[in-house]
Amino acid sequence: MGDSPIESRSATGNRPTGTFTVKRGLADMLRGGVVMDVVDAEQAKLAEDSGAVAVMALERVPADIRRDGGVARMSDPAMIEGIKAAVTVPVMAKARIGHFAEAQVLAALGVDYVDESEVLTPADEAHHIDKWSYDVPFVCGATNLGEALRRISEGAALIRSKGEAGTGNIVEAVRHLRAILGDIRRITQADSAELYGWAKQLAAPIGLVQEIAGSGRLPVPLFCAGGIATPADASLVMQLGAEAVFVGSGIFKSSDPERRARAIVEATAHYADAHLVAKVSTGLGDAMAGQEIDTLDVRLAARGW
Amino acid sequence: MTIGVLALQGDVREHMAALADLGEVGRLVSGPADLVALAGIILPGGESTTLSMLLESSGLLDPLAAALTDGLPVFGTCAGMILLAETVLDGRPDQRRFGVIDITLRRNGYGRQVASFECDLNVAGIEGPPVHAVFIRAPVVEAVSPDIEVLATLPDHADTGGDVRNVGGGRPVVCKQGPVLVTAFHPELTEDRRVHQLFVGMTKGER
Repeated sequence: MGDSPIESRSATGNRPTGTFTVKRGLADMLRGGVVMDVVDAEQAKLAEDSGAVAVMALERVPADIRRDGGVARMSDPAMIEGIKAAVTVPVMAKARIGHFAEAQVLAALGVDYVDESEVLTPADEAHHIDKWSYDVPFVCGATNLGEALRRISEGAALIRSKGEAGTGNIVEAVRHLRAILGDIRRITQADSAELYGWAKQLAAPIGLVQEIAGSGRLPVPLFCAGGIATPADASLVMQLGAEAVFVGSGIFKSSDPERRARAIVEATAHYADAHLVAKVSTGLGDAMAGQEIDTLDVRLAARGW
Repeated sequence: MTIGVLALQGDVREHMAALADLGEVGRLVSGPADLVALAGIILPGGESTTLSMLLESSGLLDPLAAALTDGLPVFGTCAGMILLAETVLDGRPDQRRFGVIDITLRRNGYGRQVASFECDLNVAGIEGPPVHAVFIRAPVVEAVSPDIEVLATLPDHADTGGDVRNVGGGRPVVCKQGPVLVTAFHPELTEDRRVHQLFVGMTKGER
């Protein structure tokens, strides 16, 4: 990738850790899978039993954060340690946007990925965390391509489209995926002079825009989050171009979490097989109730810039 | 001659790209029908617990196990290596495996993600400069039977002192037993195709 900004942190020593290659590499290993939000060790075990590729440890799922209000912060380390001890799959945990001290604590706890997440209450209204200075990899949300590229330029090794967490409504996830992937498709058609216009319009580094023009994809994996509640939702976003899915409230706010979790895992793996998606969707019980976007008091996706 | 890549979860695309670079025809394998007339199959990196569940739900577990027992050449990287190993420590007791290479692994034996690392390796049978290897939450090979050819071991990075990064010095990281090749690292994540070339040779009856 030559002069790409994301390769600028060079590997040193004869057995380097924390390189961009190993950070992005873990995200690559999660592709085609489902990352599940869990609030305790019991849910974490159920998630792993159902085929989750990783779990996201947090104190309250987004639907409860919406309901309860108040400031949402990093989880209690004891809860994160309990989840780490309960499962063999990677464990992710959330830090507030810009709260680099929470990120330092999560890194010290040895989590496998830090999610700098709009689901928690932002700690800094102007700055995201400088993610290059950590050995632990970061995932960040994005609603459009410019936001995704700014997060990558700050060191994020995985991007997830934000959607609108805690709603069980897929419409925002679709909007964000289409925004990101549509602009990537358009950039691959641009000539070399037009790429500078794109960089200006997106407020993103020209090096990353040029890289996308050549490769036709983000320089890191693109997962989808925020509103996935059914196997067909997972199939939809995978067909749109997501490489894996995060499911938050959609599993443990449903009537039969174990069956629904497994069904979403199978639908994500075989997303193009409508017969299989039909089969696993059958008789799953009630999905989470969900909310219309227009009725929301707080738009989580608007956090971050 | 078509080589399959198990396409249930993980870094499938990179293995397909490696095969294409070598002029081989790759086929995504997500159900039993995809196993017909393969010269070999690659089990990619991913999460081994997820792959194990999806092998069972897709109906691939038994026919693939039968094909491997019949001697279908197979190459497993990281999670793929775990699926092929005879014995796995620190795994889930219900995790399904093929058990076609007589090695004992410890899952995530080098530590959590912050201990994931890169290093250069000399691999027996691969000429030229060392192979640059990317290890991600990799399994540690704790024991190998006398029938195993150990093609590479992890250099002992003594100068890293008592650091976590020195875990596993001297451990086997590329092993071969008959038609089975496994690596604890991810050759598909680099542009160097020599390890895949080694496997393609095995599908053509070399070595």
